Amino acid sequence: MSRARRRYLAWAVFALLTGALAVAAAGCGGSSKSSKSTSTSSGASSIGKGEGALNLIEWPYYSDPKFANKFEQQTGCKIHRKDAGSSNQMVALMRAGGGGGGGQWDLVSASGDASLRLIRGGDVQQVNVGLIPSWNDFIPIFKSPAHNTVDGKHYGVSLQWGPNVLLYNTTKIKPGPTSWAALYDPKYKGQITIPNNPIQIADAAFYLMHSQPALGITDPYELNKKQFDATISLLKQQRKLVKLYWNFDTDGRAAFANGDVSLGAIWPVDTLALQAKKVPVKEVIPTVGATGWADTWMLAKKAPHPNCAYLWMKYVTQPQVEAQQALIFGETPVNPKACPFMNKIEAGSCAKYHLNEPLNYYNTIKFWKTPIPDCGNGKNDCMDYNAWQTAWTQVTG
Amino acid sequence: MTEVVEAGALRGARLRLSAALWRRPWLKLSLLLAAPVLAFAVVYLGALASLFVSAFWEVDAFTAAVIHTWSLDNFRRLWDDHTYWRITGRTIGLASAVTLTDAVLAFPLAYFMARLASGRTRATLFVLVLLPLWSSYLVRIYAWRTILAKNGALNWVLNGLGLPDAGLAYTNTAMWIVFSYVWLPFMILPVYAALERIPENYLEASQDLGAKRWRTLRSVILPLALPGLVAGSIFTFSLTLGDFITPALVGGAGSSFIGNIVEEQVGLPNVPFAAAFATVPVIVMAVYLIIARRLGAFEAV
Repeated sequence: MSRARRRYLAWAVFALLTGALAVAAAGCGGSSKSSKSTSTSSGASSIGKGEGALNLIEWPYYSDPKFANKFEQQTGCKIHRKDAGSSNQMVALMRAGGGGGGGQWDLVSASGDASLRLIRGGDVQQVNVGLIPSWNDFIPIFKSPAHNTVDGKHYGVSLQWGPNVLLYNTTKIKPGPTSWAALYDPKYKGQITIPNNPIQIADAAFYLMHSQPALGITDPYELNKKQFDATISLLKQQRKLVKLYWNFDTDGRAAFANGDVSLGAIWPVDTLALQAKKVPVKEVIPTVGATGWADTWMLAKKAPHPNCAYLWMKYVTQPQVEAQQALIFGETPVNPKACPFMNKIEAGSCAKYHLNEPLNYYNTIKFWKTPIPDCGNGKNDCMDYNAWQTAWTQVTG
Repeated sequence: MTEVVEAGALRGARLRLSAALWRRPWLKLSLLLAAPVLAFAVVYLGALASLFVSAFWEVDAFTAAVIHTWSLDNFRRLWDDHTYWRITGRTIGLASAVTLTDAVLAFPLAYFMARLASGRTRATLFVLVLLPLWSSYLVRIYAWRTILAKNGALNWVLNGLGLPDAGLAYTNTAMWIVFSYVWLPFMILPVYAALERIPENYLEASQDLGAKRWRTLRSVILPLALPGLVAGSIFTFSLTLGDFITPALVGGAGSSFIGNIVEEQVGLPNVPFAAAFATVPVIVMAVYLIIARRLGAFEAV
């Protein structure tokens, strides 16, 4: 056999092998189709004995040993935690291993930009809120919010929330900004940081909602084509001013601490961390309000330890525990009974985190929810999350 | 008594087996290679194949479940949107710039180590070149972030000299510096190996024939070092091409690499589109390797 011939033969064998593997892969993929149907039962009817373990996908510190140790002792449910860095990572973890938490995860502390994706993907199951006593005490808007309750079915229990705040360096930005307009002001070119998250489009829409009423935006998560295009063109202007699109809030925090940025959108937990490090920063929530995130403990479809999961949801929504978690992470409980417990840990903290605000205060906070085509007004012409992600890549990429 | 018989039988079987293997060398070879070949075929090629296959699937916009229908939509979307062209161009451009920078930095150092330095100096230089690899890649990137920051070491030195801030934090220049730094050892080592193997008498012959130093470098050393340079460039180019951590940590607005978009799309989750975009670096690397082969990179090692 000539050398050239032999080489062709080798290539042919290689191609055949690759082809065979491709077919095999296609076959495997085909058989592991993820289930689309969501549970029709109303969740568990009672909480049984704990299974001895609980596997959580959580934002860091969401099962801090300071309050979780007591739970482990009381219930015998040993917590195994996986810290996630972003909503996308949470969704990806829940989707791994065939979806529904892959039979590995019990609960995920999903934010509003992930929760509807998990519900629609059939990755989470219905939760019987009747088994969570504290649920009755929740601030009304957190009992059945649009980001975790669909068609009257609950897919988890609300937990904590926080606003997206405007943070600035008090020595470099004088006078301090009072409006979201600062983030679109060419005066601050090269000093601005913005979260690298498609849900951030809602922040621009929220700004346009007040600055350009003619666009008719009523909900920053429900944007038709015209409103969406106007928002994206504003964001393309903003990109020229942005120094850093932060991926993790700790990156945004570092940029403030190192003096690389002096103005930006970030979370209260970062304000606290920076102020603790004596960085001269101050946060403002402009009078028009802000966008905000609200987190939900959601029950995985294939949760291997459902009893421990229910016991955990019951435990963390109690006032004392809500207060502890709020002050460890720097966020606001959904259970107003936590107020005195917060003040007991840190005087005045209940007011600092706005837990004592009247109900109409919550109308100024537009909570994250995954954008879907259904605009809530009977029309189906809103841009969905895929469009948001694509546009966000076009703006920042 | 029975034990002795059993032991004898066992010994007989072992002898027969080794005789059989001795008589059939091909059997010995295939037994030896079975495990690595199988691992290569299943784990490596299998992963590549499933990646390529899923690139032709789609995702249900409502449930985000993967639909197993064949279409070219993902590739069409990549082709039509200039954002992805921009990101691909940035990725390849920076990978090329980093490769070129590392080649220019590595050659003189490798030459010194291979041909001029004494044994002791050479050993010290080896340790210094490899020293950064002892710490995590992430630690080194974070270190660069603090060096390049506005309140960082670089600006502190510049201001001390009465110069203005460099303003490098969160820029593509910062990515270029960090990439060039982290992949430099991977260029130095193959270039060193190539230079060290040039026989001394080639250089003497060149001098005897009247070539000056520059001419010797150009006509003798460089052509013989080229396979090493190309081998090193495969490392620096492919490592930069596939990275997504450096852009995420030291890049600013408009610094996304192909890897960042792949990561985003996997999380969306839109694995088919991520797979489609992930085939781009595979193709780029295939082309690069064909060129490298032409330049003789694989004869060197």
